[in-house]
Amino acid sequence: MKTLDLHKKAKELRRTIFRTICKGGGGHTPSSLSIVEILTVLYYNILNISPENQRDSARDRFILSKGHSCVALYAILADRGFFNKEDLDTFGRKGSILGGHPDMYKVPGIEASTGALGHGFPFGAGIALAGKMDKKNYRVFVLLGDGECQEGSVWEAALFAPQHKLDNLTAIIDYNKLQAIDWLDNVISLKPLADKWKAFGWETREVDGHDMTELNNVFKSVPFVSGKPNLIIAHTIKGKGISFMENVPIWHYRMPNEEEMAIAYKELGLEGS
Amino acid sequence: MRNAYLDELYDLARKDEDIIALVADNGAIVYDKYRRDFPSRFINCGISEANMISLAAGLASCGKIPFAYTIGCFLTMRAFEQIRNDLCLQRMNVKIVGIGAGFVYSSLGPTHHATEDITLIRSLPNMTIFSPVDPLETKKATIASAQIDGPVYLRLATGGTPKIYKEDYEFKVGCGVTLRDGTDIAIIATGGIVYEVLKAVDELERLGISARLINIHTIKPIDKEIILKAAHDTGAILTVEEHTIIGGLGSAVAEVLLDNKSSVKFKRLGLNNVFASGYGSYEEMKEINGLSKMDIVEVVKKMIKN
Ligand SMILES: Cc1ncc(C[n+]2csc(CCOP(=O)(O)OP(=O)(O)O)c2C)c(N)n1
Ligand SMILES: [Mg+2]
Repeated sequence: MKTLDLHKKAKELRRTIFRTICKGGGGHTPSSLSIVEILTVLYYNILNISPENQRDSARDRFILSKGHSCVALYAILADRGFFNKEDLDTFGRKGSILGGHPDMYKVPGIEASTGALGHGFPFGAGIALAGKMDKKNYRVFVLLGDGECQEGSVWEAALFAPQHKLDNLTAIIDYNKLQAIDWLDNVISLKPLADKWKAFGWETREVDGHDMTELNNVFKSVPFVSGKPNLIIAHTIKGKGISFMENVPIWHYRMPNEEEMAIAYKELGLEGS
Repeated sequence: MRNAYLDELYDLARKDEDIIALVADNGAIVYDKYRRDFPSRFINCGISEANMISLAAGLASCGKIPFAYTIGCFLTMRAFEQIRNDLCLQRMNVKIVGIGAGFVYSSLGPTHHATEDITLIRSLPNMTIFSPVDPLETKKATIASAQIDGPVYLRLATGGTPKIYKEDYEFKVGCGVTLRDGTDIAIIATGGIVYEVLKAVDELERLGISARLINIHTIKPIDKEIILKAAHDTGAILTVEEHTIIGGLGSAVAEVLLDNKSSVKFKRLGLNNVFASGYGSYEEMKEINGLSKMDIVEVVKKMIKN
């Protein structure tokens, strides 16, 4: 897809995300908004995944290790035809397939039931290892939160992947610098983040996580170096696209009131919804 | 329930400088007052539950009294071995406080439900487990936790739990509470679901069935006498828990009964070898998972008939 169309998609996705969460009455809005461009580029330009090949063992895999941002993934999977767009209107409700964290047995296109942080990344390393064992050419992309990187299990997998030369594994860190209640730097800082991963044996790149040209280029060039796992630090803004949510910790899991909702709708170009 | 805990924690911290509040990236607004007044005794350990528990043990070994708080499933399951070895084996004076008991975090799904925590934590020597039902009982359980010299698990639902007790309620560690007296059956329950059982007991009364309701706020050590007396008086016991029935409250009650050669009519109601299913409101979740007022009524009716 061309950059222009990708921009259109990203815009549309932001609207869908916000509308879905508002209808469902609760969700992690800013955490979903910070990964829109990353998912857009992956799902429209990079991943060899479609409703048709979703059971094919040679398909690429995407795992949302920061499972609380699942509405962004639901929106894109619905757009790619993995399930009906109408399902989005049932988000979080009785009878829905779509919950506040993704369930691999309910939602087509979900590869792992994440939600508890620190699971999806090692799970993804396992899929990458299986790919090597079975001599399959698929690639595994895992998206992690920066706060999530405070979990010990993340660093256990970070040690494991270079040891086993998992160059088919790409970890993307949504580096929005915020966790649930505060800035990472006020809680447990990750700095210097790139140096840490480099020291662990990962080939590391840093990009603007909202710049789809940069994202496209960096994703296209994996594996960066044969025999080494790939790490992409995507600098992002938590809440991107809704001005009053951008970089404001309190919005992590909060619903806007009517007035705020109107502002958000306007900013997303969703007037009258 | 959560606010009752935090208010009491604040009062305890004011009186005792050794009390330290630990969190794992939770409590944005609710800890504000505590953070403002005791900034050096509030540590956000980050999203690292296992680390938080071992840290707490180290702090406790130096005389501090950590209250480590986070979402109950992550607290008890991610950090289980830390709780076992660092808190229980080494008998450290650490209070672990889990929020979101059962499936109150309904639509967030099974990864966020604490439905096996009682089974796990109950298996550990040296541990005390409190599972209060309302704000006042939470306050009293928090005070009792601070008075115990050793590890305590305080299992809390969330905010917005209805009041059940009056101001003069006396909380005794290890003693069940008879919330309703009755002669046909005794229902034994714990935590937030007790409120649903209360409604069921009212409904049963209308149907002419006299049910005794016993609230077990201390799951460990459990009140053997109140259980055996209920078996003796009513001849039928139903346990109700918003939790797996494998190893949970029902199992704890069954152990007491069988160890004492009781042949009472007995049934456990809860999650039967499944994760809580469905999404929706907490009320809807109770219905989906067979734990609504009417489900309880139906089970009792069947038990009485047979
Ligand atoms: C093991 C575990 N602990 C705690 C939580 C609760 N939780 C959900 S999201 C979140 C913050 C995540 O921050 P980050 O990874 O930076 O993601 P962001 O919200 O910035 O997208 C926390 C603590 C969880 N889901 N899993
Ligand atoms: Mg973050």
